Amino acid sequence: MVESTLFWNYLILGLPNQKREKYSTMKISTFHQALAPVVACAAALLLVVSPLAYADESQEIIKLYRQGNLPQALQRVEAYLTSKPKDAQMLFQKGLILTEQNKIPEAIRIFSSLAADHPNLPEPYNNLAVLYASQGQYEKAKDALERAIRTHPSYSTAHENLGDIYAKMASQAYDKALQLDKSNAAAQTKLSLIKDLFTDGSKGVKIAAAKSAGTPPAKAAEKVAEAAVEKPSPEKLTAVEELPAKTATGSGPHEDIIKTVNDWAKSWSTKDVTTYLSFYSKDFQTPGGAARAAWEKSRHERIEKPKSILVSISNQKVTIIDSSHAKISFKQMYQSDSLKNNTLKTLVLTKAGDKWVIQKEQVGQ
Amino acid sequence: MTRDKISTEQRHLNVVILAGALFITSMGAAAASPEMAIAGPESRLVKSLHEISDHQIDSALKGIDHVLKTNPNFRLAHLVRGDLLLARSRPISDIGGAAGGAPERIADLRAEARVRLQSHQEPVSRDMVPKYLLQMPRDQQYAVVADTDKSRLYIYQNIQGKAHYLADYYVSSGKNGSQKLKEGDQKTPVGVYFITANLPRAKLTDFYGSGAFPINYPNEWDKRHGRSGFGIWLHGTPSDTYSRPPRASDGCVVLANQDLDAVANTLQVGITPIIISDKVEWSSADEVIAQRNELAPHLENWRRDWESRNTDSYLAHYGRDFDSGGQDLAKWSSHKRQVNLGKSWIKVDVSNVGMLLYPGRDDLIVVSFDQDYSSSNLSNKMKKRQYWMKEKNGRWKIIYEGAA
Repeated sequence: MVESTLFWNYLILGLPNQKREKYSTMKISTFHQALAPVVACAAALLLVVSPLAYADESQEIIKLYRQGNLPQALQRVEAYLTSKPKDAQMLFQKGLILTEQNKIPEAIRIFSSLAADHPNLPEPYNNLAVLYASQGQYEKAKDALERAIRTHPSYSTAHENLGDIYAKMASQAYDKALQLDKSNAAAQTKLSLIKDLFTDGSKGVKIAAAKSAGTPPAKAAEKVAEAAVEKPSPEKLTAVEELPAKTATGSGPHEDIIKTVNDWAKSWSTKDVTTYLSFYSKDFQTPGGAARAAWEKSRHERIEKPKSILVSISNQKVTIIDSSHAKISFKQMYQSDSLKNNTLKTLVLTKAGDKWVIQKEQVGQ
Repeated sequence: MTRDKISTEQRHLNVVILAGALFITSMGAAAASPEMAIAGPESRLVKSLHEISDHQIDSALKGIDHVLKTNPNFRLAHLVRGDLLLARSRPISDIGGAAGGAPERIADLRAEARVRLQSHQEPVSRDMVPKYLLQMPRDQQYAVVADTDKSRLYIYQNIQGKAHYLADYYVSSGKNGSQKLKEGDQKTPVGVYFITANLPRAKLTDFYGSGAFPINYPNEWDKRHGRSGFGIWLHGTPSDTYSRPPRASDGCVVLANQDLDAVANTLQVGITPIIISDKVEWSSADEVIAQRNELAPHLENWRRDWESRNTDSYLAHYGRDFDSGGQDLAKWSSHKRQVNLGKSWIKVDVSNVGMLLYPGRDDLIVVSFDQDYSSSNLSNKMKKRQYWMKEKNGRWKIIYEGAA
C-alpha cells in the first residue's frame, strides 16, 4: 500500500515521460504483470487535471450513470470534455453511457479514438470488441481483442471475450458449412464490457453484448468498482513469487487449504451455490466492491444458468502468510455448455475458526 | 507459467487431436509435380490441413481464410475454419466434432475431406496411366477417367497417341454408389462412355452450375445387360455451394463449377470418352502397348478380310453373341453375304483408331475409328464403334458394331 501510494504521488508530481516509462518497465517484473503499465498510463492521464476536482466530478458522473440517469450523466461528461476534450477517463465514461443508450456507432467512435490515442490501454479495445460483436462484426471484434491481449497478455477479460468471439465465429463457420438455418443459432454471445477504464480485468461485467443497450445500468453498475480511477490494491502489487521450498513442506495448513479449494471447485461444478457461497468469508472483498447481496445474486445467476459446469484445478501453489492467512494460486479450467476458459487464479484465504475461507478472489497470479 | 503459455500449449494439444481427426499421416504433403501447381482452393485447403498437423494453426487459419475469400461457398473450408477457431479454446476430437447440426452432413464433409486429402497424399503416378487408355485416336485431344471410389476425375492429354496426365479434380457421384443398374437407383454407371452434347449454363437451371455434358448411358453394353435409366451427365454445382459431398448425385458426375469450366475446354462432343470406374486400375506404358498390340492385328485382319470379299473369313471375326442393336449374328451374316455378292471390289480404309479397355473387364475393348468404305456399287465414310470381346479360347471377336 505504501509503495503504491508513493508510486502514485510520484507520478502526479510530474515525472517526465521517458523516466516514467523506465519506472513502469522496471516495476513490471514485480508488480502484477498486466496492471503495472496500465497503472502507469492511468496515472499519466491524471496529470492533465487536478486530481481532487477530477475525482469529485468523476464520482458524480458515475453515480448518475449507476442511477440510470444517462442523459444527465452524458451532459456532465460533455460539459467536462469541452474544457478537456482529450480526457481519457471522461471519454471512456462517455463511451459507456452511449453504449447504454444504444448509440452504438457513436460509442464505437469514442472507443476507437481512445484506442488510437492510448494504444497501451486494453480496455478501449475490449469495449470496442464488445460493440463490434454486438453488430455481428466478429472479425473486427477479434482484431480489437487481439490488440488488447498483445499489450496485456494476461488480460483475462479480453481472453474470455476472445474465447467467446472464436466460439461465435466457429458457430458461424459451422452454419455455413452445414447450411444450418440461421434462426436455430440464436444463442447470444456473452461478452464482458469493461465498465472501468483501469481495472485488472476481473471486474468486467458480463452482459449480453447485443442486449447491452436495453439493460438499465444501475444493476450492472453495482458490480462495478467504486472509484472510476481505482488505485491498485496492495495484493495486486505484491509479487507472488512463491519459493518452492516453502510450498513443498506438506504441512497441515497446506493440505487443508488444497482440500478447501478442491471442495470449493466441486461445489461450483455441482452448481451447489449455497455450499459454494459458504466458502467465502464474511468480509470477502467482492469484485469491484459490490454489495455482498448483489454479488451473491450475480453468483447465483452465473452458476445456475449453464446446464452444466465443470471446474477443475491444477498446479496449486500454496503460500502461508501467517497462521490465519494464506494464498493459493492455481490453474482453473472452467467448462460449461457454453464456455470453456482457462485462467490462472489466486485466492486469499483467511481462517475462520478451524475453517479456511476465501477473502479475496483474483484472476492472475 | 503465463496465461499466454497455457493457451499456446492447450492449442497445440487441441491441434494434435484435430490433426489426428484429419487422417493426416506423418508423411506430410506429397511433393508437388508441375501439373499440380494449379493453385486451386483444394490445394490451399489441403495445405492448411497439413499445417494443422504441423501445429501451425495461425497459418492454417490464414490459408482457410484465403480459400474462403475466393470460394465463399466452400462448406468444407467453413467447417475446418470452425474447428480451427474452436481449437483455440477447446479440444476438437474430429472434423466438425463440435459443430452440432445434422450428423449426416458432417459425415458428408468428413468424407469430402478424406478423399480430397487422399488425392494429395497419393498423387497420380506419372509413370502409370489408367489401364483403359490403350490408344487415343488422332482427333481426340483428351480422355476423361473418373474414379467413383476416390471421388476423382482425371484428364489425360493425347500426345502423339499416348495418354499424358494433365490434371485431376474432386467429383461427386451417385448417392448409392456406382454400378448403375436401373432407373432411379441413384448410382453412377461404370463403363466406357462418350460425351454426347454440350448444354450451356443458359439452358440449365442453377442446379447444374456452369454447364452440363450428357454421356451415352446406357451404352450398347449396358443395353445388352438390361441396364436402364437416362440423363447421366457430367455437370457443375449449384451456386450455393462450392462442392457437393462425395456421394450426392442421382448418378451424375458432378464437378465444382470452376473445375467444370476447366474440364469443358477438353471435351469434344461425340469424341471425348469418359471412362467411369469404381476403382481405376493403372498400367505402365509398356503394359498398355502390349494390350493394344494384342488387339490391333485382329482389327487389321477384319479389315483385310472385308476387303477380300471372303465373307466367311470376314464373318469369322464376329462372335456368337454379336448384336448390332437390331441384328443378331444370323441376321447380320445373311445381310453381309447378300451385300457382298453384288460387289466386284471393296476397299476399306481404317484410320484414327481409338481403343479403350472396359473398366472391370479385361476381355472387352471399345474400338472406334474412321471408316472409309468404297466398293464397286457403294461408298461411304463414317465413324464406327465396335466392341471386341476376348473369347475363352483367347480369340478376339466383335460383339457389337455400329455407327459412333
